[in-house]
Amino acid sequence: MSSYARTSSAARPLADAGDPNSDIRLSVEQVSYAYSANPSQAPLFTLEATSFQVRPGEIVAILGPNASGKSTLLKLIAGALEPLSGRVLLNGFVTHTLPHRTRGQRIAMVQQESPLLFPSRAWEFVLQGRHAYGRTLRFETADDILIARNALQQVGAEDLSDRWMDQISGGEKQRVILARALAQQPLLLLLDEPTLHLDIGAQVDLLETLRRLAAANRYTIVVVTHDLNLAGQYADQVAIFQKGKCLRVGPPSTVFQRELLEQVFQTPLTVELGSSGRPRVTVLSAK
Amino acid sequence: MRPLTLSRLLAYCSVLAAILFVVVVIALKMGAVPVSLYGLGRDLLRVLFRQTSQLSSEYQLIIFDIRLPRILLGIFVGASLSVAGASFQALLRNPLADPYVLGVSSGAAVGAIVALIIEPHLALAPAVAALLTPIGAFLGAALTVTAVYFLGLRQGQIDSGTLLLAGIISASFLSAIIMFFMSTLTGGNYRGMAFWMMGDLSTPPQRVVSLILRFGFFLAAGAIYTTAGDLNLLLAGEKEAMHLGVDVRRVRLVVYLAASLLTGLAVSVSGAIGYVGLLVPHVMRLIFGSDHRVLLPTAAFGGAIVLVVADTLARTVISPSELPVGAMTAIAGAPLFLYLMRRRLA
Repeated sequence: MSSYARTSSAARPLADAGDPNSDIRLSVEQVSYAYSANPSQAPLFTLEATSFQVRPGEIVAILGPNASGKSTLLKLIAGALEPLSGRVLLNGFVTHTLPHRTRGQRIAMVQQESPLLFPSRAWEFVLQGRHAYGRTLRFETADDILIARNALQQVGAEDLSDRWMDQISGGEKQRVILARALAQQPLLLLLDEPTLHLDIGAQVDLLETLRRLAAANRYTIVVVTHDLNLAGQYADQVAIFQKGKCLRVGPPSTVFQRELLEQVFQTPLTVELGSSGRPRVTVLSAK
Repeated sequence: MRPLTLSRLLAYCSVLAAILFVVVVIALKMGAVPVSLYGLGRDLLRVLFRQTSQLSSEYQLIIFDIRLPRILLGIFVGASLSVAGASFQALLRNPLADPYVLGVSSGAAVGAIVALIIEPHLALAPAVAALLTPIGAFLGAALTVTAVYFLGLRQGQIDSGTLLLAGIISASFLSAIIMFFMSTLTGGNYRGMAFWMMGDLSTPPQRVVSLILRFGFFLAAGAIYTTAGDLNLLLAGEKEAMHLGVDVRRVRLVVYLAASLLTGLAVSVSGAIGYVGLLVPHVMRLIFGSDHRVLLPTAAFGGAIVLVVADTLARTVISPSELPVGAMTAIAGAPLFLYLMRRRLA
C-alpha cells in the first residue's frame, strides 16, 4: 500500500528531539475551527484559538454547556477535522495529516455508537480495534487475540467475551467499547461523553478504570463530559469552554471557581474543597 | 474467541463449491430432452480426458452447446448479483439494499439499451462493439446508484426508508423508460421487455461478452474483497471506521465502482434479475455470520447456486415452454423479502 511509503516523510516529528517539553505528548497549539453552511456565509459556529498541553498518564476533562465546542475540539484532536488555524501535535506529529492506518494505531476514540446493523459478539467487536495493525485480507494473529483478551481483562469484561453486543447492558457495552479502544494500543485515548447513559455506579467505575489505565499504560486521556464532579475528582487538568471559547485550562482546584462556573453554566452553585484536595461542586436550587 | 482462519474460510467455500457442483450436474440432466445420469457422467469424464470424439452427437449438442453455457452464465450472473448486493448493503449501511430494489439493475438495463441503440450508428470494430453494451450498463448502474444515494439523503444522513423509496421510485421510472424504448424501437417487442425487466438467461451472449463477464467478475469481486476487513468496520458506522484506521473515502469509491460494474455486467447479459442480490447475502449471513471476509465468497457461491437452481426450474416447470428466470426468483424472493423487512423494521 502506498501509504506505507509516505509514512516516513509525512511522519517526521515537527518538534525538536532536544525540546525541553519533549515529555509533552499532546500539544494543542492555537487551534481554531469554523462551521458554516456554505463558504460565502458567516460561520454558524466558531471555535476560537485554543491551546493546552498534556503529558503521558494525564487525564484532561473538557467541560462546558451544550454547543460550547467540546466535541469539535475532540474531533480536531483526533485529526478527523482539519483546523482552520493552529495545529494539534501528538508526539510531534500533526494529527490530521497522519495516514489513516497510523492514526488508528495512535489515537483511539470512544464515542456514541451508531446502532449495529448486524449482530456481533463482544470479542469480534474488540478485535476490530486491531484493524489498523493488519494488512489487506489478513486474518487475526495469535498476538491480536492476546491483545484483545488483555484489553477485555483490563476493563473487567473478560466474562462478556462471548456475549452478543445487543444483549448486554449499557455499562457493559461501554466497557467493551473501551476495550476495543485499548486493543488499538493507542498513545491517546479520546472519550466523548462516555458516562452519558450510565448509572452512577457505572460512571464511577468507568472513571476509576480510566484513572488506573492512565497510570498503568501511560495513556494520555482527553474526555468530554458534562459531569463537573467526576471531572473535578479524576482529571489532572480541566478545560472550560463557553460558546466556542476556551475560558480556562488548569488543575481542577484552580479552575473550579464559583464565579466562573456560575457564569458558564448559568446556575447558582457552591464549590468546596474535599478532604482529598479535590473540589466538589454543589448545584443550588435556582429559587 | 474464535476468530476467522484461512482454513475455516476454505472449508466453508469447499462445501459450497461441492453443492454448486451437484446443482450443476442436476441442471445438466434436467430439461425437455431427458439425459441419463450415467450418460452424463460418462460424457463429462470424456470431456475431462479430452476424448471429445467419442461423445454421442445429440448429447453433445444439448449438454455442451445449450445447457452448459447457460449454466455457466447463470453461475457468473448469480455470483455477480449476490456480491453486488452484499456490497451495496455494506456501502449504504442498509440491510435491504440490492441492485434490483435500488433501481440499479433497471438503470443498467437502460444504459445497455441505449448502447444497443447507438451501436449501429457508430462504425466500430466488432470486438469494440461487443464492449459497448456492458459499458453502457455499467454507466447506467453507476449513475443510478449516485442518484439514489443523493435522493436517499436526509439532512446529510442516509435515511434507510428514504433510500429504499428513492430506489423503488427510480426502478419504476426506469422500467417505464425501458418500456418506452422497447415500444418505439421494436414495435412492442414483449419478449425484449420481459428480458430487460424480469431477467432471462435463455439468450447466450457472444463469446467475447462471456469472456468480459468472467474477467470483469473476478476483477470487480477481487477489488471488493480487498476491502472486506474495512467493510466490517464500515458497517459499524463511518465515524467509528475512520477512528479505527479505515480510509473511508477510498473504500467507498472502490466498492461503489466495483459493485456498479458487477451489476452492469450481469444486467447486460441477463437483464434485471431481482432478489438474488438481496436475499442470498442475508441467508449467508444467517449461516456464516456477517464477517465480509466470509460473506463475500460464500455469497458468490450462494448466488451462483440459487440462480442455477432458479433457471433450471424456469426452463422445466412449464416445459416445453419457459419462464423468465426473474419471475422464478421473484416468486421465491418477494415473500422472503417481506418477511425480512417486517423483522428488521418492526
